[in-house]
Amino acid sequence: MSTDKLKQVLKNQQKQKNAPDDIAEDDIVQLVGFMVGNEEFAVPILTIQEIIKPIESTRVPHTPPYVIGVFNLRGSVIPLIDLRQKFGYPKQKYTDETRFIVIKSKDQVSGFIIDKLTEALRIKESNIEPIPENMANEDNHIYGVGKKEDKILTILKVDSLLKKRGAEDAS
Amino acid sequence: MDELQELTQDFLIEAFEMIEQLDQDLVELESRPDDLDLLNGIFRVAHTIKGSSSFLNFDILTRLTHHMEDVLNKARRAELQISPEVMDVVLESIDMMKGLLGSIRDNGNDTDAGINIDPVVAKLDAISSGESPDAAVSEAPAAAPAAPAAPEPAAEAPAEAEPDYANMSDDEVEAEIERLLKQRQEEDAKRRAEKKAEEGASGGAEAAAPAPEPVVEAPKEEAPAPAPEAPKPAPAAAKPAPAAAKAAAEPSDKDQKETHVTTVEQTIRVDVNRLDHLMNLIGELVLGKNRLLKIYDDVEERYEGEQFLEELNQVVSSVSMVTTDLQMAVMKTRMLAIGKVFNKFPRMIRDLSRELGKKIELRISGEETELDKSIVEVIGDPLVHIIRNSADHGIESPEDRVAKGKPELGIVNLKAYNEGNSIVIEIQDDGKGLDVEMLKSKALEKGLINEREADTMSDKEAFALIFRPGFSTAAKVTNVSGRGVGMDVVKTNIEKLNGIIDIDSELGRGSIIKLKIPLTLAIIQALMVGVQEEFYAIPLASVLETVRISEYDIYTVEGKSVMRLRDEVLSLVKLSDLFGVESTIEGRGFTYVVVLGLAEQKLGLIVDELVGQEEIVIKSLGDYLQDIEGIAGATIRGDGRVTLIADVGVLMHMSKKIKSSIGKDTGASKGSKKKEKPEDYRILVIDDSKTDRTIMKKSIEPLGVTVVEAADGQEALNIVKSSDEDFDALLIDIEMPKMDGYTLANEIRQFSRFRSLPLIAVTSRTSKTDRMRGVEVGMSEYITKPYSPDYLMNVVKRNINYKVDMPS
Repeated sequence: MSTDKLKQVLKNQQKQKNAPDDIAEDDIVQLVGFMVGNEEFAVPILTIQEIIKPIESTRVPHTPPYVIGVFNLRGSVIPLIDLRQKFGYPKQKYTDETRFIVIKSKDQVSGFIIDKLTEALRIKESNIEPIPENMANEDNHIYGVGKKEDKILTILKVDSLLKKRGAEDAS
Repeated sequence: MDELQELTQDFLIEAFEMIEQLDQDLVELESRPDDLDLLNGIFRVAHTIKGSSSFLNFDILTRLTHHMEDVLNKARRAELQISPEVMDVVLESIDMMKGLLGSIRDNGNDTDAGINIDPVVAKLDAISSGESPDAAVSEAPAAAPAAPAAPEPAAEAPAEAEPDYANMSDDEVEAEIERLLKQRQEEDAKRRAEKKAEEGASGGAEAAAPAPEPVVEAPKEEAPAPAPEAPKPAPAAAKPAPAAAKAAAEPSDKDQKETHVTTVEQTIRVDVNRLDHLMNLIGELVLGKNRLLKIYDDVEERYEGEQFLEELNQVVSSVSMVTTDLQMAVMKTRMLAIGKVFNKFPRMIRDLSRELGKKIELRISGEETELDKSIVEVIGDPLVHIIRNSADHGIESPEDRVAKGKPELGIVNLKAYNEGNSIVIEIQDDGKGLDVEMLKSKALEKGLINEREADTMSDKEAFALIFRPGFSTAAKVTNVSGRGVGMDVVKTNIEKLNGIIDIDSELGRGSIIKLKIPLTLAIIQALMVGVQEEFYAIPLASVLETVRISEYDIYTVEGKSVMRLRDEVLSLVKLSDLFGVESTIEGRGFTYVVVLGLAEQKLGLIVDELVGQEEIVIKSLGDYLQDIEGIAGATIRGDGRVTLIADVGVLMHMSKKIKSSIGKDTGASKGSKKKEKPEDYRILVIDDSKTDRTIMKKSIEPLGVTVVEAADGQEALNIVKSSDEDFDALLIDIEMPKMDGYTLANEIRQFSRFRSLPLIAVTSRTSKTDRMRGVEVGMSEYITKPYSPDYLMNVVKRNINYKVDMPS
């Protein structure tokens, strides 16, 4: 158990070290793709704690509309965020394909509602392009744009998605 | 190095433990300056700390304790009288010692804190060489305290022996010590015998019991005789703490204390983090238990009468019982006696009374009452402020007290006891009490309240003013209090603990402040309430009571909703307004009010449903959702759903900003809609005669308003109640079948949202009694038939506040 953990930590460190600058090397990034509205997004597979079917949630007052509330994930209380509303699409009822993606980074956990899962995919780091300078700000949660065959998908910045509401509202 | 560090750690733990005891002992010592046990105990502390610190190379500390040891050693050998002046210096040096120890703990050495011990060392030296600490105030102070110390006038020897100590030769002193030691040994022996006797008695030998009786009695009688230093021979150096405060008052409970001493506590030091972790795990278990109970209920419903249910029932109940016991047990491991906090107050009162020139005695009781460690840590500050306040503002100067016919000695009672799931701490003084008028005028002067508030304020509310920030009742700011921060701190801290402050006072007789604090913070009892389709948990510690009221019990005063609760006026706020709950369920004419109390404030919270009491575990909402206004956290309920916990303190704050929507339930949103066109005005015409309805309709037709008709009171009532849009006025005939106009008006007025709806009686009944009755049931106008169309139109126009320009 502990050796596994250690390995993972080492691996993560290695990855973090390599990710930003060693684009030249053929590093493979594993992503999970999903649809929100009519756009395809992706997040690194290692940040995903689990993916579950929609369950009941409790509304929390005094929050922006995209914060649906909190839900109970095996004894933990976890915030639930509707990515549709967050990204400016109208609210929609859950369908058979709606999922909650539970994302974890640096001890922060949140659940995100997405319209449907597409695929797990591997993309070369070199095929990810940073977003244009003029669009690059903290608010859009975008890490880069990935190209895969004929598709283009938006890779989300997990840390910024999980960032607490207060900081975001202030900006 | 590591080894040394470990040693230092152990040293610090030991030192702080000893010092805690020390303050208590020293204050006690002052009232009984010759108590050898106490002196020895204190001397040992200084000695031990000196030894360890010199080993660990803490030079400053070593030097300080060395000098203290000198003084205490002399006192111990009765070469020195402990006078208040000497005590001041000793206490000062102990404070310094604490400072140094603190510095060692924080910085790892005793030099960084920059504590200069030279003046104190000089004073200590002066004392040990027989001089007065400050100047050449020779022996006068030394003799003075002897008098109160020897309350037993019957004893012949001590009276003479007392002043002689200072002049005794070393040999004489040795002899005296010898004598005292011997006496002590005898007492010890007797005590042992006594204990044995007790054991014997409890062993069941009834005959044995009376026999040792005289032996038990013996030490009590003899004790005061030989020397004044032993009026209470055996509080035993190890554990005199609880005895201290009561010491003077109750020599009779000596026996009881002696038995205390004999029990040796078996303890083990545990890291608090481990306990916290354990508590968290128990929390999860409690949630699991709740869940299990809920599921069992469901299963029971479905498989009623099946064999396995019985077995399941047994398992569920036993798991639930064990969980509860386990929770209690773990909670107890975190419990500390409140005495730990109380211990520092005798010293504080002593210092205060000297500083203020007052005579104050602090009486402590219930110091063995236990509460959670985290609470013990927070409760200290508020108590300091309250007790200081009592000493400074409450207790009068000795002259004033005598002038008022009170004893010179002021009493502050500090008392702790359990009450249900809470602990109550009472601070009571017999001082001058709070002057309601003075409080009010002071608050007015500082702009904390306005004239109106001052007039309508109850006494309790006026007392509560002292907790307002920026309020201070001391005419002059003293070193002790009066800067207007203290009581505010009390309020904030007690609020943090979900505690309640109750304050009562009688002018000239004293005041009493009660703090009611929940026993523990992690797992709490909560009242589950329902608002529309949502549920919220309210910490039960903040719930004073719940009441069911009818909607017309709610009044509006200056835009705030209030209700009358017995002799108090309680402000109300709807939980759905605070939390922006969507309104989907119709009102039922009655509603529940949860009366919340926190610190000194009260608030009525209007909810739709009371679900019941439940044990909940507070969970954080996580970083993403932190600091949600009015929410203290979340808990998971038996059905697995997340329920949010209301933060009562914040709710009280929020409620002040919210304008009342009560009483205008639907009216506020719909009724306040802008009236732009004449058709926006809606008028209901009620008459059983079709002709009369038509006449009325015709009369107001020129206004262009919308007119709805009803043929009797019953129909009208239904229309009014179920209509999407409110009416602006009702024209009511009195004599109608099914329900007459009076009854209709009366019914309509039952709804607070129709309180201000104009009801215009249009009737042929002209007698004065009829008119009177109309006013009684709430008619706004009374028009008698026949009337001119213009007249009716104008009355309606006036009543509906008609503001539309007539279409040209």
